[in-house]
Amino acid sequence: MSLITPDFGLIFWMVVIFGVVFFILAKFGFPVITKAVQKRSEHIADSLKAAELARQSVQEAALQREQMLEQTRAEQGKIMQEASKTKDAMLAEARQKAQEEAAEILRGAREEIAAEKESALRDIRTEVSALSLAVAEKIVRKELEETPEQLALLDRLSDEVSSAPIN
Amino acid sequence: MRPNRLTVLLLLVAVFLLPLPAAASPQEEAPAVDMNEYIFGHIGDAYEWHITTINGKDISIPLLCILIDGGVQVFSSARLEHGGEYRGYRIAAKGQPHEGKIVRVSDGSRPVDLSVTKNVFGLIIDSIILVVLILLCARWYKKHDYLKEAPKGLAALLEPVIMTIENDVIKEAVGPDYKRFSPYLLTAFFFILINNLMGIVPVFPGGANITGNIAVTFVLALFTFLMVNLFGNKHYWKDILWPDVPLFLKAIPIMPAIEILGMFTKPFSLMVRLFANMLAGHIMLLSAVALIFLTAKMGPLLNGSLSFVAVVLGIFLDCLELLVAFIQAYVFTMLSSVFIGLAHQHPENETH
Repeated sequence: MSLITPDFGLIFWMVVIFGVVFFILAKFGFPVITKAVQKRSEHIADSLKAAELARQSVQEAALQREQMLEQTRAEQGKIMQEASKTKDAMLAEARQKAQEEAAEILRGAREEIAAEKESALRDIRTEVSALSLAVAEKIVRKELEETPEQLALLDRLSDEVSSAPIN
Repeated sequence: MRPNRLTVLLLLVAVFLLPLPAAASPQEEAPAVDMNEYIFGHIGDAYEWHITTINGKDISIPLLCILIDGGVQVFSSARLEHGGEYRGYRIAAKGQPHEGKIVRVSDGSRPVDLSVTKNVFGLIIDSIILVVLILLCARWYKKHDYLKEAPKGLAALLEPVIMTIENDVIKEAVGPDYKRFSPYLLTAFFFILINNLMGIVPVFPGGANITGNIAVTFVLALFTFLMVNLFGNKHYWKDILWPDVPLFLKAIPIMPAIEILGMFTKPFSLMVRLFANMLAGHIMLLSAVALIFLTAKMGPLLNGSLSFVAVVLGIFLDCLELLVAFIQAYVFTMLSSVFIGLAHQHPENETH
């Protein structure tokens, strides 16, 4: 039985057949398939990476948009705040100016009034002294001579009159 | 309840088959089954491809006998059938030296015999099937834009297997320059797988016990041996001829002798493992089926019940053989990868 003694003819044919099969498959078979599969898995890996990048950039863009919106909103708020502040400032200024002007006017008026009063008083006093002098002259002329003592007394009297408060 | 129904069905079939042997040959005594011839006829090599015997008439495919004996002799194996003589050759009869082989009539010696035997013919058929399958698969990748399309048909069937073997077995075991060896290892895997599977198919293009033949596994192991040793690196040869062991183990070359022996035992184990596993599988299957013929004369009851057992056992063994067909191809490829990988190791302390 040649069960465990290899037969030369079969060895010969096996070498030939396996050699031919090996040659064909190693040249046209397996490398084509494995290369294609490897290329495809690389392609898939690249695509996944690209998708990841795209996803990231989309996320970034969304974030950026959010940021910009936030910024715009903040700016808007700031502008509004500033405007209201300016408004307030302007109002306050105007109010102050008006107050100042009013005060000025009042002061002017008061001064004018005071001056008018003064001049009126002076006029009155002059009038009164002249009047009283005239009165006194008229009264005294007949009875009294125009002596210096008499004149001094008259002056003193008229002073007293003028310094007295007017009621 | 399904298994029960199946059992009942099988039993019914067995019962209906019971009267058949009795009806076929009511008078004449069936010849005793020669188990040796039956089993070794199926697992051995032959000059013709015997398919079946109908009414005592053999139906077989004659194959080419090619002899080199001072010139090339080519003739059909049909000429040597049933002990015939042709051009001074005959097939040595039972009990003679070179039993079952072509010998010279004159002195019973053997010429150089390059006949296309049953196993060679089976190898050719299986190889054509394999080459066609793989090339069709490769063609798909050439014809289609494989970056945009998922593989279909044959490519979808073979791609996962090829990539599993390449990524999980070859890449892991061989190491970084696995690309150089993966065509050989893949060829070996698919070659063994297709021959194993075709060996299980019981009718014509299959059924030859190819991978259970030591000559075939010898050549496969030889290729692995060449792949390991022709491409081994410096470190591999240094490890064999001048290993890192105490000097007295190398001065009297004990370790080198063991290592050189190891060079041959590795492929030898590959050869024997594949051969023995496939041969054992075939013998087990044939023995299970032989139960039916062996018990044919022992009465219908025994024959019927044992036929049932044989069928169940045969189904189980066939499933087992399917598994073994894959496992043996896988193991051969994996061990070849490991041996190639061992010949390409770089030691950790190497400095360059």
